[in-house]
Amino acid sequence: MYFLFKQNPVVVAGSVIAVGSLLLALLSGFIVQPNLWQVEHLDQRLCWNNPAFSWPIPNVYNCSGASYPLGTDSYGRDVLQMIILAVPLDLEISLTIVILATIVGVALGSLAAYAGGKIDELILRVTDVFFALPALVLAIVVMVVLGRTLQNLTIAVLITWWPYYVRLIRSQVLSEKERPYVEALRSTGASPLRILFLHILPNTIYPVIVQMTLDIGGVILTFSALMFLGFSPNPTLPELGNLVTDGINYVFTAPWLIIFPGLTIVIIVLGFNLLGDGIRDILDPRLRR
Amino acid sequence: MTDFLVETNNVYKWFPIKGGLLGKTVGYVKAVDGVSLGVKKGETVGLVGESGCGKTTVARLILRLLDITKGQLYFDGTDITKLKGRKLKPFRRKMQIVFQDPYASLDPRQTVGSALAEPMRINKIVRTRGEAYDEAKRLIRVVGLNPDHLARFPHEFSGGQRQRIAIARALAVEPQFVMLDEPTSSLDVSVQAQILELLKDLQREFDLTYLFISHNLSVIRYMCRRILVMYLGAVVEEADTLGVYERPMHPYTYALLAAAPIPDPDKRKGTPVLQGDVPSPINIPSGCRFRTRCQFATSLCAETEPELEANEAGHLVRCHYRIDFLSKTVAERPMMRHESA
Amino acid sequence: MLEVKDLRVVFHTYAGEVKALDGVNLTLNRREILGLVGESGCGKSVTALAIAGLLPENASANGQIILDGRNLLTLSREEMRQARLKDIAVVFQDPMTYLNPVFQVGFQITEALISEKQVYEGQLINQRVQELQEDQMRGDRDSQELEIDRAKLQHSVESGKLSRGEAKGLARQVALQYLKLVQLPEPERIFKMYPFELSGGMRQRAMIAMALVRRPKVLLADEISTALDVTVQAQILALLKELRDRIDASVILVTHDLAVVSEVCDRVAVMYAGNVVEVAELRELFANPMHPYTQGLMAAVPRPDRSSVKLQSIKGSVPDLIYPPSGCRFHPRCPKAFASCPSTKPPLIEVQKGHGVECLLYG
Repeated sequence: MYFLFKQNPVVVAGSVIAVGSLLLALLSGFIVQPNLWQVEHLDQRLCWNNPAFSWPIPNVYNCSGASYPLGTDSYGRDVLQMIILAVPLDLEISLTIVILATIVGVALGSLAAYAGGKIDELILRVTDVFFALPALVLAIVVMVVLGRTLQNLTIAVLITWWPYYVRLIRSQVLSEKERPYVEALRSTGASPLRILFLHILPNTIYPVIVQMTLDIGGVILTFSALMFLGFSPNPTLPELGNLVTDGINYVFTAPWLIIFPGLTIVIIVLGFNLLGDGIRDILDPRLRR
Repeated sequence: MTDFLVETNNVYKWFPIKGGLLGKTVGYVKAVDGVSLGVKKGETVGLVGESGCGKTTVARLILRLLDITKGQLYFDGTDITKLKGRKLKPFRRKMQIVFQDPYASLDPRQTVGSALAEPMRINKIVRTRGEAYDEAKRLIRVVGLNPDHLARFPHEFSGGQRQRIAIARALAVEPQFVMLDEPTSSLDVSVQAQILELLKDLQREFDLTYLFISHNLSVIRYMCRRILVMYLGAVVEEADTLGVYERPMHPYTYALLAAAPIPDPDKRKGTPVLQGDVPSPINIPSGCRFRTRCQFATSLCAETEPELEANEAGHLVRCHYRIDFLSKTVAERPMMRHESA
Repeated sequence: MLEVKDLRVVFHTYAGEVKALDGVNLTLNRREILGLVGESGCGKSVTALAIAGLLPENASANGQIILDGRNLLTLSREEMRQARLKDIAVVFQDPMTYLNPVFQVGFQITEALISEKQVYEGQLINQRVQELQEDQMRGDRDSQELEIDRAKLQHSVESGKLSRGEAKGLARQVALQYLKLVQLPEPERIFKMYPFELSGGMRQRAMIAMALVRRPKVLLADEISTALDVTVQAQILALLKELRDRIDASVILVTHDLAVVSEVCDRVAVMYAGNVVEVAELRELFANPMHPYTQGLMAAVPRPDRSSVKLQSIKGSVPDLIYPPSGCRFHPRCPKAFASCPSTKPPLIEVQKGHGVECLLYG
């Protein structure tokens, strides 16, 4: 197992990043004071005083006083601290959405596949309806109807995300339930629920796990996009998408505002993507044996 | 009639084919088209035929893994055709199955011990984990493996060993009847010999009744006392071993025997008797279903489907004629030519 | 004609080094059907793949595979590809996976002919020559005219080139001729069909046609009848026997089924765990099996024409080729093993003319 990991430095990099960001999320409360985002230093807006690098643009405002390694944003807050506060928020929302979407999707998908017939038809049609509506539009509609809170944001993205899992697990269970060992279990008198939960699901869950890791990044991008479109409950909220939105207005005068939060998004999403790819590579050849 | 442990009476399995926009039924795959068979206690009956003949479907119908479209199924005299759920469960454990593919018939994520213990717990044969484990140890020894194999996973074993595990699992619920669906077809020849001998020993030791399904004529001859030959969903011939192998009456049986290669250089075959391919069970030929490939077919064969009828020796055949394959003469079967209606 | 000397193949896998072939020695004579028989893991397929140059990336092969005086293992990739195009053809077990589902069957047969100029020109000459010969047999011409025509043909092809259209047309004719040769009914119709429209037996015949159309010197048939029903298998085996006389190729038939071997082959090589343990002429092998494994195998096979009292099995199971047994690889399972067996690998001993065994019992 180990040398498989070694042969895939990309996977190692990805998992380091992913694990690193999770650790950061857990520890951020100890690094930066949680309520710092609500404090504004309007005299220190949009300044940069990192001696290691100077921007090749005119009129860079130089901060006085405290050091701001990544500059300040339009409310005068330290960008680095904001990023550290944003990561846990983003990951929390993302994980909530992914886990809930998986649970709902797996439940419906496996029920549809195993029961077959009318139940399958019904679930499929409902899922198709959700597929037919463009995800972002649907999310926007939900936000407009429910109002702009973090909770509603979570719900909105969740609603657009669960159909993928239904499809995924449904096709897995459909093929798995035809396998001889399932027939053998039926012949010993095992109940359908037992077969489904104790036998079929554990054997089909791997693609779902891979999809989950890949989706963590995707979900972050989705709700960042929503925030960017103006559905942020509070523009000062330390969230990576928010920070980027904020920075768009100052792209020529204070580019650090877009670059560093944006880079953070990219790194986190990339990290989880690579982790997901790596898990798939590791699990696949073993499964295929 | 009730000295049959397992009996089917004119059983049909038709799979509907849906077509068109509205999903109407446009045809049927007639996988099993009127099969009546019976297996007596302690017997080993063989079911032989090529792909598409329906033998695998018959196996699943008997085990109620599929629903029967028409006809009845009896176990030890009781009609179990329509039983479901809790009522079917006690019968389920009396009939078990061993599949062809030893790799796929075990849950790859379950240890061997767990796979053996589970059916016992489901059917409440044991009460505690300890009992289950002891029973599993006993079972694994019975099939020729040893108890430290119980902690391992299926993929750690060879094909022959997995098949032994599958047999042990079938025996775990103390069945009376075991369906063997091509149990040695994917095994090497030397391993096949081991498994066949094991099956024979187990039959004696546990008083089991077997229905052995295979396309391999040599294995069937070795294992079975009475044999049914199937073609396109129906039984075309039924007799004891010598009757089928030495005195076949149906042209299809004769063709099968003529086609099966023999490991003996002095017994090479001439031109193959049967040309062409097996027709599909969607379009079964009118009249006798074998007539499209039968060298003796007549116009009667296209009009009327022959019934399965027995001669004095208890040898059943589904053919309008009495054919001598060596001289290629055809005679009308006495008392078997039906006048209209 | 084809000689394999001390062929060793090792697969480098994550789990370890699989020593699949441990010094395989084989000879294939002209126009003979050699059966390569053994159980799973014995290396028969690996041997065929090694001869065809189709071993996967993680395999290393050593030894000699000599065809027409050249050691195939020393050839470059391109040279090997040319050799495969002209001299060696393979037919595999499952035609559905080895035929491209999106192309017509006829196209797949002519593909190789049209793509390689030097092949097709030679091919088309042969085609024309064959037509002339058939004319002669039918009595339409006499041999002198035949010779003149043949010389003319040679000359015209050498001096000029065939246009693409002419080439396609002639290739199609050749393909149709071979489809007829493998006894497919209505070759014109089959030519235009897709693989999924054909039955298993027909697909297998199409694959054989595809292999033969290039007039290879060596045809490797890897378990070609295993996936077929017994009546269809009988047809394919009969076809092989007929073809043997009509094509000028040598065939290696790889199978696990002794009955198939008995039906079709002239000589047989029995393999176990990476070695050829016995090789003999067909009748001789069945009458007088010498290697304990061969004896065990024959005693384990049930027959359809006789009721057997009891099948003898070979105790134990096939060894793990990552850690194979030392000395003679069969010794842990051999009922006749003695002291030297675990330490000495038996050489190939010719006990009688044409009958060789790798067993210490005999030398």
